[in-house]
Amino acid sequence: MFKTPEFKENNHANELPFATRILCATAIGALGLGLIFALILSENISSSLPALVQQNLTQSGVQNPVTAVLLNFRSYDTLLEIGVLLTVAIAMLPNSNFNSDINPHMPGGSRLVSVVNSAPVNPPLEALLRWLIPMIIVMAGYMLWTGAALPGGAFQSGALLAGAGVLAQLSGRLQFCFTSTTAKLLLTIGLITFVMVAVGVATTTGVILQYPLELAAPLILLIETAATLSIAAILLLSYNTLATQTFESSSEPSVFDKQPSALSETSAPNETLQSQTAEGPKP
Amino acid sequence: MTQESLYIIASIGLFGIGLYGVIVAPHILRKILAINIMSVGVFMLLVVSASNMNSTPDPVLHAMVLTGIVVAIAGTALALLLAVKIHTLSRDSDKDDH
Repeated sequence: MFKTPEFKENNHANELPFATRILCATAIGALGLGLIFALILSENISSSLPALVQQNLTQSGVQNPVTAVLLNFRSYDTLLEIGVLLTVAIAMLPNSNFNSDINPHMPGGSRLVSVVNSAPVNPPLEALLRWLIPMIIVMAGYMLWTGAALPGGAFQSGALLAGAGVLAQLSGRLQFCFTSTTAKLLLTIGLITFVMVAVGVATTTGVILQYPLELAAPLILLIETAATLSIAAILLLSYNTLATQTFESSSEPSVFDKQPSALSETSAPNETLQSQTAEGPKP
Repeated sequence: MTQESLYIIASIGLFGIGLYGVIVAPHILRKILAINIMSVGVFMLLVVSASNMNSTPDPVLHAMVLTGIVVAIAGTALALLLAVKIHTLSRDSDKDDH
């Protein structure tokens, strides 16, 4: 039933036959109707978990029940989730633009953020970004802090920070390089801190990830701060990698065929930029 | 027809649209988007069932949705990278054939 995924649109030969699509739609419709009736007619399943969370909230170190679940009661989930994010970052890194594809003046792998002075000046955009980016960073700090008592926390804060990074990169003025040592530290600091805390508290309480009562609040804040930095860096790395993938015209050899060392010498930055704007994914 | 059943119908509908798209859409980007629509349907169902159990929402389900969203973003990024790779490699093999 599944055909090979295709990239060419407007190609009706790749579509499934009409009868098969009708069959799929009917089967999925029947499945959906069954699920809807099962869910609506079913008794409300009463769970003891919300009451349990409310009872133990005073021991968690935070006042927001969602944060308490995420970082105390079920912190294994969050630990593994940061592990998943780091795995994606590791998959992204070999494909990121560590070579000077876009900015030929930047020596690859030296600094996380570098200013592109040759970028075309867009005064209203720059004036806006000079206000927006510091405000987003302050807002991310507030979101991180307020996660202890109100909706907020590491993921929201990290998403905001990554958004600030995407804005900075879209303006063309700032360039991120994720093979620098600072970037590697940022990408991994969330998981490193989390694992160190998990093992560290095991020496006092005897159980991995069970925080001592009086230390729960500062430990959660420490983990969340480190996780925020890592999540922001990983999301920005993913954006950076996907947005700078180049699709050259068919006459040129693929960028993936060349050795990384030869890449910066052979690919002219203007051509790369043009082909990117013509065919590349629009951010 | 309560408010909750409306949300349940909407979430199952989103899930169904996504499932149909995964099976039928020929373009790989559409398949990735369809998987995202499916996951949105699942998250919506989780949020609805978090709300209808108690007067206060179930924080465990909310935490699960939060975790799910982040993993879905990571999975989408990885899928997009693989799609770019498939595109590049399949174009190269086309070139070798002709």
